[in-house]
Amino acid sequence: MNILISNTSEKPIYQQIFEQISAQILKGELQGGYSLPPIRQAAVELQVSIITVKKAWEELERSGLIYTVTGKGCFITELSAEEMIQKRHETVLKQMESDIAYYRSFGLRLEEVIELLRTVYE
Amino acid sequence: MIMLDVKNVSKKFEHFQLDNVSFQVPQGYIMGFIGINGAGKTTTIKSILNLITVDSGEIQIMGKNVAIHEAELKQSIGYAFGNVDFYTRSRIRTLTKVVKTFYDNWDDEAYRRYVRKFKLIEDKRIAELSTGMKVKYSLAIALSHGAKLLILDEPTSGLDPAARDDLLDIFRELVQDGEISILFSTHITSDLEKCADYITYIHEGRIVGSAEKDEFIDTYRLVNGKVEELEGIKERLISHRVNSFGFTGLIRADELPPSAAVNVAIPNLEEIMVYYSKKEAAHV
Repeated sequence: MNILISNTSEKPIYQQIFEQISAQILKGELQGGYSLPPIRQAAVELQVSIITVKKAWEELERSGLIYTVTGKGCFITELSAEEMIQKRHETVLKQMESDIAYYRSFGLRLEEVIELLRTVYE
Repeated sequence: MIMLDVKNVSKKFEHFQLDNVSFQVPQGYIMGFIGINGAGKTTTIKSILNLITVDSGEIQIMGKNVAIHEAELKQSIGYAFGNVDFYTRSRIRTLTKVVKTFYDNWDDEAYRRYVRKFKLIEDKRIAELSTGMKVKYSLAIALSHGAKLLILDEPTSGLDPAARDDLLDIFRELVQDGEISILFSTHITSDLEKCADYITYIHEGRIVGSAEKDEFIDTYRLVNGKVEELEGIKERLISHRVNSFGFTGLIRADELPPSAAVNVAIPNLEEIMVYYSKKEAAHV
């Protein structure tokens, strides 16, 4: 599991941790059943506060990406191929929503945005 | 469990007062105690240590009143600050021999362990220690008598970034087992962004806010807009400044008018502190 935290980013640190772990899960880099380090240990290792890690783990659990076994810790959920795709879409959609607010602020129409996206993508 | 409970503490001095100060530090977490110089951080800490008598209110440590159980509770408190200014000509070895006699639960083996861990040279005189080493020495003493509540007054002031980072790592390790709590007073707010779980902010002797760190920060917003927009929002701003890019000000998130034509951003601890300190005394 790789996590890089930026202290100068606009994003809260727990959000950065959440996004990086969820991306690794959705790309299949972290497999179902993998156990996450205990919260207090992760805080020391990531050099962040305990509550920051707690919040990131809670966010992952709310998204259904990890689950907690009392007394044992947190594990990555085993997702079927369809669930994986569905969750990936949810994540990408969230990002798109904020991107689209930005395009709208310039008064771009959908066709223009698609055209621009195509240029960048290719 | 609540490790430290400061309840409605007031203390009046000629030119300054602590006014109804209340906050709690839960066991196993780090509380950042912030405020500009003269805001009341050290006076609050002195009240906690029963070094000054409060006019009203109560301070409890592990459920016991500090004013009544002072001697007993001090066995469980460790106090560290940037400057160890007593017995500066004594060697560490000599000073420790004196200090250890004050504590019932002194653990020589733990002391040896921390001396090694912190790379303290026992032959050195206190005056010869760097600021970082002085803090580490205070910590070694605190941890060797089994302190459960560490009160650190500006422990990172005067340290270079590498030494600060080193100390922050130590603080996080100390609370890892969930036993020890740390009250960490500082005006270097960047140290807290990466290590504090909770923030208590004191300004002119009053607690402005005390909450989980992200929640505390989320109470505020930085707003930026055209000078023409300023009049409509000015009353709600904690303080603001105007320049050729318009105005920028700090506002409580719940005071932010939903329709205002302004840019909104999340501030950091330093910005909250800076804008608060600009607030005119008349508004406080």
